[in-house]
Amino acid sequence: MSPSQSDTAFVEFIRVQKSYDGENLVVKDLNLSMPKGEFLTMLGPSGSGKTTCLMMLAGFETATHGEIMLDGQPINNIPPHKRGIGMVFQNYALFPHMTVAENLSFPLEVRKMGKSEREEKVVRALDMVQMGAFGGRRPAQLSGGQQQRIALARALVFEPELVLMDEPLGALDKQLREHMQFEITGIAHNLGITVVYVTHDQTEALTMSDRVAVFDDGRIQQLAPPDELYEQPQNSFVAQFIGENNTLEGVVQSIENGVASVKLDDGEIIDANPVNVSKPGERTKVSIRPERVEFNKARLQEGAHTLKAEVLEFIYMGDVFRTRLRVAGNDNFVVKTRNAPDAVRLKPGEHIEIGWLPKDCRALDA
Amino acid sequence: MSDTAASGPVMSADGVPLKRSLNRALRAQKIRALALIAPLLLFVLITFIAPIADMLFRSVENQIVRETLPETVQRLGDWDADSGEPPSEAVFTALYADIFLAAERKLHTRLGSRLNYEETGASSLFRKTGRRVDRFDTDIYTDQITDLDPAWEAGATWAALFEAREARSALPFTARSWERWTDFVINEEEDDPLEEDVPDFLYTALYSELADGAGAGLDPRVDQVIDALPGFETVSVREQFLDADEDWGGADIWRTIQTYSPAYTSGYFLNAVDMEKGTDGPQFRPENEQIYLTLFKRTMFMSMVITFSCILLGYPVAWILANLPARTANLLMILVLLPFWTSLLVRTSAWKVMLQQQGVINDTLVWLGLVDDGSRLVMINNQFGTIVAMTHILLPFMILPLYSVMQTIPPTYLRAAKSLGATNWTAFWRVYFPQSVPGIGAGSILVFILSIGYYITPEIVGGTTGTFISNRIAYHISSSLNWGLAAALGTILLAVVLVLYWLYDQIVGIDNVKLGG
Repeated sequence: MSPSQSDTAFVEFIRVQKSYDGENLVVKDLNLSMPKGEFLTMLGPSGSGKTTCLMMLAGFETATHGEIMLDGQPINNIPPHKRGIGMVFQNYALFPHMTVAENLSFPLEVRKMGKSEREEKVVRALDMVQMGAFGGRRPAQLSGGQQQRIALARALVFEPELVLMDEPLGALDKQLREHMQFEITGIAHNLGITVVYVTHDQTEALTMSDRVAVFDDGRIQQLAPPDELYEQPQNSFVAQFIGENNTLEGVVQSIENGVASVKLDDGEIIDANPVNVSKPGERTKVSIRPERVEFNKARLQEGAHTLKAEVLEFIYMGDVFRTRLRVAGNDNFVVKTRNAPDAVRLKPGEHIEIGWLPKDCRALDA
Repeated sequence: MSDTAASGPVMSADGVPLKRSLNRALRAQKIRALALIAPLLLFVLITFIAPIADMLFRSVENQIVRETLPETVQRLGDWDADSGEPPSEAVFTALYADIFLAAERKLHTRLGSRLNYEETGASSLFRKTGRRVDRFDTDIYTDQITDLDPAWEAGATWAALFEAREARSALPFTARSWERWTDFVINEEEDDPLEEDVPDFLYTALYSELADGAGAGLDPRVDQVIDALPGFETVSVREQFLDADEDWGGADIWRTIQTYSPAYTSGYFLNAVDMEKGTDGPQFRPENEQIYLTLFKRTMFMSMVITFSCILLGYPVAWILANLPARTANLLMILVLLPFWTSLLVRTSAWKVMLQQQGVINDTLVWLGLVDDGSRLVMINNQFGTIVAMTHILLPFMILPLYSVMQTIPPTYLRAAKSLGATNWTAFWRVYFPQSVPGIGAGSILVFILSIGYYITPEIVGGTTGTFISNRIAYHISSSLNWGLAAALGTILLAVVLVLYWLYDQIVGIDNVKLGG
């Protein structure tokens, strides 16, 4: 499901800044606008400011400067308990002295809801996460995955329109995590809620989100749907951070007809898609995804630049082959080929020529 | 292990049952562990468990009466205390022998002090009688018997007489008295009894038994005395005792001796709860002699007030400490622990300076005009002073467990509660507070148990209305020397603490007590 493209933003950060010590900005000039019903992930390395943004939205941190709007209303001065935002915490924060049902009933009780209505909603929320039989248990008697489901149910039971999730799957093992990713997105889309999801796991971000905001150094580096983020990174940080990436460094020679000619540091010249460079003489990092590199000359475009490469290592990974090459002085140039019936298995020591389509080769900032 | 029943015990590789080889392997570990704790175990046993057991034993132990007055206790068994009359001449004769020997060994005053706990006046009665007992007019028996045959003057005659088993069984009282006296002379005077003058009470004992018709045909010398008996001039031992102190003529002292003649007594415990042994079993003492129940109640009440004040004052402090960054928290923790670095006496005395009528607080209040100079507040030497000083002294014992429990409560719980719509107060009360209850429990147990047995502070600032039961125990240990009563009070205090602990376990559950993460 794609985000509903309503004109009015549901969640909006306007020029938000945050500093803890008065000397360093943790969040620098954040602008973000989310339509209702969107699943947006804040992705970034630790210390990039993504959790701080989430906490400001939840109301546990105050913005040093700027405005945060929820459904058209500024919420800077509204205390967290009046914001009506559901939240799933990293370690679930299930109240250990209450049973599962009491945990779920808590947000309804503080809203002065009647007993029968409460019970009905608790049962419905538990059924939604397939934990209907566990109402009488204590959180400590549940496994990590079960606790995760309860935390999710508790954040949803009072029917908030916006739900925040702070690395909710961080403590689970890989298989359970993948299963829960699927379940969370399913529930979110079924209920039509808006979700802001924080993670440092890029796979999670790419598989779950409508849009991903990549954070670094207190700024959003790129805000885009997953495919765009992966295929068209706007700068070298995003290119490095999302997926595997090969980088070659050089200087822009010329830019003509939307194609930049880049002279690599060892003297070779390649064509690249000028994304983040504007004039000749600029230094650039050229980024190519491993699966877009081709060494079968027949598949390359006529007249495409090729580079000499030496095979250093061949790794069999099942569905793909991962081949490490030395290209233009870079020993970590990786090529991925699908394990197709006609796929060539390269041997270390072989000398080959590689190439790619100019649009896949993106000249980014240095 | 489920298949052991079917296939017999599991064997290890060399055919020995697995359990046995496992035990053998673990034995060395167990012995080493035991060796490691042995010094502490011994130390605790010798310096802690044994003295406590000994003290507890003293609360029921009552050997002194039957050890000091063995003959009297034996003969008093038949006496009916309700008659209101003093017992028979035979009992007085036995008492004569007992007191004479006790006075020689200077034990009669100790017995007097012991009986004085139960019967006022017993102490002076025994002291007076002990002084008089070797000047009784019973020497007329001595003179009359030795006149019959001067050989009676020699200890050797007596020794030879009681050599024979028949004499010992025919004249048991005299024989035992002779034996006790010779024991005393040999063991305590380190003299030869055969060279000592035979004391008057032995002649009196001999006379009393012969007069009862015993001893005929034992020995020519004894027969000679028996033949002469009808012509003997007699003297009443009872009159001698009445001369020494007329209290012997009443029934009270005799009832006391009879009541406390068993080797074990509940008397100390009855005393400790303001009761006494009356004619119809245990009864409460008169209103104006009741003291211990009031003290127990006061001790409990004030300990609870102190515990509650500690919770009230300590909880916010512990909360602040637990929620500050570690560096600041450690600094503040030093301030909490600072009182431990000063002597308890100094802290208590400081409160004396602060709270007294001419003290800092009163002076300040008067200077501010809040209190009239003539009506300065009385804040010391009463319950208020004790509660203030002890709350201050015991506060760290509340803060420390609270702090260590609160430290383990992640702040996300409060955030989660708020994100779910709870106000600050609801989040605290419904989510944070229940999780801090184990800390409150641990702190309360510590503070309550420490304060219920506290001694120094109430002694210094308690006056008369603010003292605890422990002050009374100390008084009986060091001033009145009534260790039995002190032990009984201590035992009751220990029992109360254990009962409260059990109650706490029933209500709150001891699993819910945490001293730290």
